[in-house]
Amino acid sequence: MRHLMSPLDFSVDELEDLLNLAGDIEKNPQKYASACRGKKLATCFYEPSTRTRLSFEAAMLNLGGSVLGFASSDSSSASKGESISDTIRVVSCYADICAMRHPKEGAALVASQKSGIPVINAGDGGHQHPTQTLTDMMTIRSLKGSLGNITIGLCGDLKFGRTVHSLINAMIRYPNVKFVLISPEELKIPDYIREDVLRANSIEFEEVERLEDAMGQLDILYMTRVQRERFFNEEDYIRLKDYYVLTKKKMKLAKNDMLVLHPLPRVNEISVEVDDDPRAAYFRQVQYGVYVRMALILTLLEITV
Amino acid sequence: MLNISGINEGFVLDHIQAGMSLQIYHDLKLDKLDCSVAIIKNARSSKMGKKDIIKVECPIEELDLDILGFIDHNITVNVIQGNRIVEKKDLTLPKQVKNVIKCKNPRCVTSIEQELDQIFMLTDEEKEVYRCKYCEEKYTNPNRRK
Repeated sequence: MRHLMSPLDFSVDELEDLLNLAGDIEKNPQKYASACRGKKLATCFYEPSTRTRLSFEAAMLNLGGSVLGFASSDSSSASKGESISDTIRVVSCYADICAMRHPKEGAALVASQKSGIPVINAGDGGHQHPTQTLTDMMTIRSLKGSLGNITIGLCGDLKFGRTVHSLINAMIRYPNVKFVLISPEELKIPDYIREDVLRANSIEFEEVERLEDAMGQLDILYMTRVQRERFFNEEDYIRLKDYYVLTKKKMKLAKNDMLVLHPLPRVNEISVEVDDDPRAAYFRQVQYGVYVRMALILTLLEITV
Repeated sequence: MLNISGINEGFVLDHIQAGMSLQIYHDLKLDKLDCSVAIIKNARSSKMGKKDIIKVECPIEELDLDILGFIDHNITVNVIQGNRIVEKKDLTLPKQVKNVIKCKNPRCVTSIEQELDQIFMLTDEEKEVYRCKYCEEKYTNPNRRK
């Protein structure tokens, strides 16, 4: 039995298979409409999430399966003090596969150690969010044609942004990928990503503070939200939350085929006027997220169509 | 030089960094053993200037070499039988350590999940870096010798 804790759990070849399957689902959704008939997905969400939970549920429903679960720790036995290990043992009796989101880092790994069913990490605090990374990779591959030979600008909260850390870790495995890290001093990428991941693997990267200085060279601009829940100090959050706002004017500096991605939800960091720009790919990204989660459910349940 | 009598059967931990012996005494849970333990602090050393030594009169099996390797793999372990050194054990950095150090990340699942072992994995042998198995919080040994 296999779980998904980090995007690096899959080798490059396995990822290729998964993304190919997701691509086939996109082209032939009917072929997969009954693939999970009789199977149940449990969504165990200990902290609020709209799109990730709905994306998982939509994925399972698209496959003909059914879903059950809870959407906050208040509505689960966690409020009575039940451990994650006990909860997953119980959930294993009700469902065939589980997607778990938890505010504590490593929670899904704890669950996987006691689980009788595959566990998908749907986000564990500021640590990992592998299905977002798979979504990002599928979006890049589908819209750019490949995962190599691109310059990716990562903008905003690079310190706490788990999607950014995961994406860097996953993308360095492809040839000729360059990163431009755009952030204020306080939200720079953590040392361990800079030293142990980028420098240790001789990956080309640069760090800049102004978005305008980077725009012209980017193939992908990955915007992130400054997340209130990652700050201990409200003052710091307020000072940094609107540090970057992508506008129509700034988009004029970008290449004609640059893509704007965002893990969503968006607050102020992308002006709504950018939504109509054909290079704005963040809503298409959401749709790819459903396909890739469908492919993941099939892969972990070992169902072939 | 202070004289401590030899031991018949047991082990001697030599070349401990000066000042570290009491921490090692506790980390190895030597206080829980019902046997003679001698701690020698600040002994003269041609190699180190000053060093600590611990002599323990009990079978070597009682000693967790993984924990000792984690604390400082440069310590020399001499096994004594019949008042003679019969073996020198090499210490290595263990691949993982269980319940020796606690994860300091307040966001780590180990801070809330009951009876979850505190496990750290060796991720960089050269820099002696361990990371929490659950949240990957970094731990660098403060006693690492340069």
